[in-house]
Amino acid sequence: MKELILIAIGAALVNNVVLSQFLGLCPFLGVSKKVKTAAGMGMAVIFVITISSLLTSIIYKFILVPTEMTYLNTIVFILVIAALVQFVEMVLKKMSPSLYEALGVYLPLITTNCAVLGVALLNVQNSYGILESVVNGLGTAIGFTISIVIMAGIRERNEYNDISPALKGTPIVLVTAGLMAIAFSGFSGLL
Amino acid sequence: MNKCTERLYNGLIKENPTFVMMLGMCPTLAVTSSLQNGFGMGMTTMVVLTASNAIISLLRKVIPDKVRMPAFIVIVASFVTIVQFMLEAYLPSLNASLGIYIPLIVVNCIILGRAEAYASKNPVLPSIFDGIGMGLGFTFGLSCLGFFRELVGSGTVLSHRIIPDEYCIKIIGLAPGAFFVLAVLVAVQNTIRLSKGKEPKELKCVADCSACRNQCEERGKNFDESTKQISVKNTDDSTDKNTNKDNKEEA
Repeated sequence: MKELILIAIGAALVNNVVLSQFLGLCPFLGVSKKVKTAAGMGMAVIFVITISSLLTSIIYKFILVPTEMTYLNTIVFILVIAALVQFVEMVLKKMSPSLYEALGVYLPLITTNCAVLGVALLNVQNSYGILESVVNGLGTAIGFTISIVIMAGIRERNEYNDISPALKGTPIVLVTAGLMAIAFSGFSGLL
Repeated sequence: MNKCTERLYNGLIKENPTFVMMLGMCPTLAVTSSLQNGFGMGMTTMVVLTASNAIISLLRKVIPDKVRMPAFIVIVASFVTIVQFMLEAYLPSLNASLGIYIPLIVVNCIILGRAEAYASKNPVLPSIFDGIGMGLGFTFGLSCLGFFRELVGSGTVLSHRIIPDEYCIKIIGLAPGAFFVLAVLVAVQNTIRLSKGKEPKELKCVADCSACRNQCEERGKNFDESTKQISVKNTDDSTDKNTNKDNKEEA
């Protein structure tokens, strides 16, 4: 139990997926204009990464390892993730229209988000079991949500600031991300 | 042959993936902490890009239009796996320092973007040169960033000491420095663009790391509409609340 908590905290705060590993930067910079949309994106990412890390670790353990085809993991994982996102989208549309309305727009955007594949590969690299993989995926996704929501909050306030024209838009967002990365590096003493 | 040199020029300068198109930002920020890593990542991407462009261009009439994205992904992923094994065998130190970013080349938008925009519509030879040109452009961009960050961050160039240790700005070599360097780069470009009277630059391909070209516009539209709906709902809610408050006050 203690190990699982350590994995989750490590994934969410210490090795934050966006700010220290640079995975999933595109949605982080693109969908962080409003807190509401950022939170929606974060929820969709939590949903997809948790399911995908469960599925990929099951496939790795019960199909790839027994058949000695672990070298195919990149190909298998990317296809599984792409298919999974499509499938989740269809299921949600049919089973839970309200949830689909909340997350549906964001789902296609994460099909090939590098964070999803990155987590699946990291699980294999660190030789996590199935439960550990799910916890790691959940922690990573929560870390993503934390950082994108904070970013959106800062950006909403930044709108009213007087920023020099050259720095307006993307550059100031990147500077903000850098400062957030410094803040998050304070967590590195935690473990 | 003229078309081939034009492709090289296009990839290196006119549509440089790092400086002009701003594609593939994840590896750009992650591996440029030193010149060696940046150069290695760029060359690896170039090999994958050239090989996958060649195969996709050869198969462009065979692959049905509906399943082209999965087909492209499988081709790219196969080459990434091959390249990863070659690196493990011949350059183990580079493989160790690039780590997880080698398999993540699969979701690099440069590769799927070029497959979609160029290789799936053009003959083999220009596609190969397009891959080489884009790959060289990416290598050039990563090497420049890596050179700068290594020089300022740890005072060395390819592990040869240039600046004494006590004069280095350590943060530039660490994770936050990557964001700052990129911010300065975009800001410089914006200054040039503003002085020419153009619009400042926005990061394209905002939400999806790959499969950008054709899907981004379409999804972007859907996305804009949906966010609009959300914001409209918000304003409705707030006005409702306000009216409720008013009613209460009146009551």
